[in-house]
Amino acid sequence: MHAILGKKVGMTQIFDERGEIVSVTLVEAGPCYITQVKTGENDGYTALQLGFGETKRLNKPQRGHLKELPPLRHLREVRVKDVQGYQVGQKFDASLFSVGDLVDVTGISKGKGFAGVMKRHGFRGGPATHGQSDRARAPGSIGAMTTPGRVFKGMRMAGRMGNERVTVQNLKVVLVDPERNLLGVRGSIPGSRGGLVMVQKAVKSK
Amino acid sequence: MDLITAVEEEQLREDLAEIRPGDTVRVYIRIVEGDRERTQVFQGTVMRLRKGGTRANFTVRRIAAHGVGVERTFPLHSPRIEKIEVLRHGHTRRAQLYFLRSRRGKAARLREKRI
Repeated sequence: MHAILGKKVGMTQIFDERGEIVSVTLVEAGPCYITQVKTGENDGYTALQLGFGETKRLNKPQRGHLKELPPLRHLREVRVKDVQGYQVGQKFDASLFSVGDLVDVTGISKGKGFAGVMKRHGFRGGPATHGQSDRARAPGSIGAMTTPGRVFKGMRMAGRMGNERVTVQNLKVVLVDPERNLLGVRGSIPGSRGGLVMVQKAVKSK
Repeated sequence: MDLITAVEEEQLREDLAEIRPGDTVRVYIRIVEGDRERTQVFQGTVMRLRKGGTRANFTVRRIAAHGVGVERTFPLHSPRIEKIEVLRHGHTRRAQLYFLRSRRGKAARLREKRI
């Protein structure tokens, strides 16, 4: 198993063994259950469906899907090469990872609403002085004239920002406590406190 | 108790002497140089004490050679702090003693607290 679902708790800082301050994001990770095993014959690809977060109410189709498993709020799929050895109902917790591991954390970033180009794309805006008005946060030119006579597709402009799936790669695990279902990773992770996150073994680690 | 406070609580140090702004203290800091370790002492007046779990810190001000003021901020719960000695309790009417920066010589003294 290389992934676990969890809830972002928030950030704090702790001292490492060298006495240096490390900023840490705490994740309440697991316990997670395997809720479905997808096989090549049955589904055309191999994956595991994980469930996390006990809830009180579920509708009947959801309860039927989970069968004897506890009622779980969140279900997410992870691709695996080989489903051999995995069964529905298997339970795992934060002990999946150990201190020093590198992980990728995926979550839904905080929504920023309709944001201008400076915030959304890091444009510099216009000059603040020299008789300029209404230009301080403007995008500037978005294209030429009759040739090509249109604005190119993908031109970076103002619009909805955030509230999208974001993955932060190669975060170091600094704290593991299966008793409290707690994981601590160095640095920040996407999303608001209480948001669902997925912690996976880093794809790009050596 | 929420998880953040629980994690922070494990990090807190209760073995250190209690300090307050105005105190004259001697801070023993472990300094790691490569694989060597030594203890450095920094003595001065506690100018401010900022609270907040593991993020708590305090600033000590001392007058170094040629009357140059040196301020150093330490994380209060850092394992690098060996010990803190309180030499004197100063009497203050405020929590942040920034006014010490604009005073020099005799004017920068604090009355001793009556206990």
